[in-house]
Amino acid sequence: MEIQLTLNGKAVKDQVGADTLLLDFVRKHGCYSVKRGCETSNCGLCTVLLDGKPVLSCSTLAARADGCSVTTLEGVQEKAEAIGRFLAGEGAEQCGFCSPGLIMNVIAMEQELSEPSEEEIREYLAGNLCRCTGYMGQMRAIGNYLNRKGEEQNG
Amino acid sequence: MDRTVRYVGSPVPKKDSMALVTGKPVYTDDIAPADCLVVKVLRSPYAHALIDEIHTETAGKVPGIVSILTWKDVPKKRFTMAGQTYPEPSPYDRLILDRRVRFVGDAVAIVAGETEEAVDKALKLIKVNYQVLTPVLDFRTAKDNEILVHPEDTWQSLCPVGADNRRNLVASGVDSHGDVDAVLAGCDYVIEETYHTKANQQAMMETFRTFTTMDPYGRLVVTASTQVPFHVRRIIAHALDIPKAKVRVIKPRIGGGFGAKQTVVAEVYPAIVTWLTGRPAKIIYSRYESQIASSPRHEMELKVRLGADKNGIIKAIDLYTLSNSGAFGEHGPTTVGLSGHKSIPLYAKAEAFRFAYDVVYTNRMSAGAYRGYGATQGLFAVESAVNELADRLHMDPVKLRELNMVREGDVMPAYYGETAGSCALDRCMARAKEMMDWDKKFPARDMGNGKVRAVGVAMSMQGSAISGVDVGSVTLKLNDDGFYSLMIGAADMGTGCDTTLAQIAADCLCCDLDNIIVHGVDTDVSPYDSGSYASSTAYLTGGAVVKTCDTMIKKIMEKGAEYLGASMEEVDFDGKRVYCLDGSREISLRDIGNQAMCNNGLALEATESNTSPVSPPPFMVGMAEVEVDMETGKTELLDYVAVVDCGTPLNPNIARVQTEGGLSQGIGMAMYEDVTYSAQGRVLEDSFMQYKIPTRQDVGTIRVEFESSYEKTGPFGAKSIGEVVINTPSPAIASAVAHATGVYVRELPITPEKIYKGMVEHS
Ligand code: FES
Ligand code: FES
Repeated sequence: MEIQLTLNGKAVKDQVGADTLLLDFVRKHGCYSVKRGCETSNCGLCTVLLDGKPVLSCSTLAARADGCSVTTLEGVQEKAEAIGRFLAGEGAEQCGFCSPGLIMNVIAMEQELSEPSEEEIREYLAGNLCRCTGYMGQMRAIGNYLNRKGEEQNG
Repeated sequence: MDRTVRYVGSPVPKKDSMALVTGKPVYTDDIAPADCLVVKVLRSPYAHALIDEIHTETAGKVPGIVSILTWKDVPKKRFTMAGQTYPEPSPYDRLILDRRVRFVGDAVAIVAGETEEAVDKALKLIKVNYQVLTPVLDFRTAKDNEILVHPEDTWQSLCPVGADNRRNLVASGVDSHGDVDAVLAGCDYVIEETYHTKANQQAMMETFRTFTTMDPYGRLVVTASTQVPFHVRRIIAHALDIPKAKVRVIKPRIGGGFGAKQTVVAEVYPAIVTWLTGRPAKIIYSRYESQIASSPRHEMELKVRLGADKNGIIKAIDLYTLSNSGAFGEHGPTTVGLSGHKSIPLYAKAEAFRFAYDVVYTNRMSAGAYRGYGATQGLFAVESAVNELADRLHMDPVKLRELNMVREGDVMPAYYGETAGSCALDRCMARAKEMMDWDKKFPARDMGNGKVRAVGVAMSMQGSAISGVDVGSVTLKLNDDGFYSLMIGAADMGTGCDTTLAQIAADCLCCDLDNIIVHGVDTDVSPYDSGSYASSTAYLTGGAVVKTCDTMIKKIMEKGAEYLGASMEEVDFDGKRVYCLDGSREISLRDIGNQAMCNNGLALEATESNTSPVSPPPFMVGMAEVEVDMETGKTELLDYVAVVDCGTPLNPNIARVQTEGGLSQGIGMAMYEDVTYSAQGRVLEDSFMQYKIPTRQDVGTIRVEFESSYEKTGPFGAKSIGEVVINTPSPAIASAVAHATGVYVRELPITPEKIYKGMVEHS
């Protein structure tokens, strides 16, 4: 079947199978930031935004994105750099394989929660696994990033 | 020239960090050519069987299928997939495909095709008639079992490790000092217990993967997510029975390894496809395959006898380790050694020790290397026994350790007689105690709501490279405009060595970090390095950087002196320029670099190798605070405190995250992760749904500090950090649970069910 969607701001039209996963679709279209870490919706590495909402692209059919807008890290490079700089500042991108999915979900969290507590952050990002860092560095980085953002907004 | 310390010890971001966090295509699958054949493996449904017949004709007719290989099509020379220095201690017990399959998931056929759909279809159409055999599933009955996992005559052991395939033995041996039985007989207290650690999956987020191509010279190019590029080159050559000169291995960015990628788990499959068909090929392991057919931690059963006098002075340690290597012997002979050699020396003052071991074959997934590499298992047993001794003596386990722990200058008989030349373990203990507020919290506090909070402690050591074996090498080149290329053979797998090694070089050469570009591993270009394992890179390859920079500086001065018309004795180099000591003339590094590209007979290039007769241990102390629900046994980890002595932390951020990450893997091992089998030998935890690695809600708070010693043989005083950090959670958490409940869980993981059962039996 043919689907048509907006991928990182660009209109894309392509043939997909009924069982084509959004993950494979976006990678085929050059969005290599989107990673696969499991087949069971457990790791969060494949997180993308579908009409602004975070979804696991490994368990979303490409067909479902027909007519929607899909955002991957490639489409939010400035944000990625802004958040990523804090991760890098902590050394919290060890292998970095989980970083794109994490950053996508942080972007979603920013839209959904204002001034989240540490516990809320842990809960929101619980589905983003990382095997390298033990999460502490990521939490420091995200905390620093949100604080900095808060400071900039307040003044 | 005086060496500055500008970058070493400073938390600079990693050189590749922005590429990683912005999601650039830098990993194996991101850079694989689009026309790669898809390669998949048909796997055995039986734990032990012989392939009587295998029919591939129908499968081969599926449109898009290019190649189907069975045991008849592969070289008949056995090899090992263990990434170790040649001659490998691991036995040569593998073929790429074998007629005998030895575990559920063992490779039966290789299928390559144009599309994944075609390959999946073909896999289903291959017909195999198996002659099903009885498997050896329990590792306690494997030794001298009449069922042999490797009865074949072509099995081979290259090193004297006590291996015997006719006895299902991958290795066996004994090491001792003093008369352990006599000393134990004279002890006031003897703890005698058996501990059981399970297989664990490294569960790196990027599964095993490789793509292969042929180059214009008719050579096989292997781009692999590996920790051991040079070993991959040799192993592929062995497996395909082709000259090593025909193989080139390139390591891109790696999505985690933790030892998993010290075994050539997946590389051989696309390699043989490309070699036979000439076409690019790629294999990407699913998480399922990574869970059932990979290289997890060796399951071990450890029997400890620990003797002390009534004052708590530890007199003797007797350890017997039984290790389960599974269907193949990768890393079997060597992991087991660490279970004794990296646990017993923490109590170096004991009068006697004995360490005996057997490593056995079973019809389970082959084990491999996982961070900690046997030390983790040994330390769970020995540190748990020490904690049980403290409780038996009614002594604070911190106090007991203060009385007995190895200290700087002590000789460690169980650590090959090496002396602890740098050791801040005592300071680590003192600081951890403060951080945890131990005296207030030990042993337990009833919270009055059915919950009890309690604390536990453990110590750990590891090594820094394999003494007398590992090689780290570095090549440095001066280019035009005076920038340097640093070529290393050690594999950065997220560990940040491309950056930390450049930090060392920048300080040796007195230049900006940005003046050094780093080249990842390409076996055609990089100098030889054993690879990134055995906690070797910072210490050993770091040492090679220092040596190489020294040689480089001499060459720069020689060239500079020539350009200045002076002798070597009359000049010095300060990182930016070579200048005459009398102040008369100078030439900048930039000009030297540029001038050397014309009419020059001295290559401004240096290569040095490094090896070490010693393997200085990093040390650490870990303390856990848990809260146990006394009705259900449900246990929450509240706080984990760790103080590490890794010598000089080369990059405190990287060292800290290594520690936090290692601890969280250790916490997973302690509380959640298990690999269990059905009665037929099938792995039950075959996805992340069943195999629970900790989430950010499971790790509590992890607090890390460093108490640094200075290791004279290491670069800028550094020792290793990567592995020592995984070892303390299991024994520390087990002891905390015991302090809360009186229940000693001696089989990992420490689950609420086991605690609950123990409490019921206890009352
Ligand atoms: S790939 Fe693991 S959740 Fe999507
Ligand atoms: S940094 Fe490697 S998995 Fe998160």
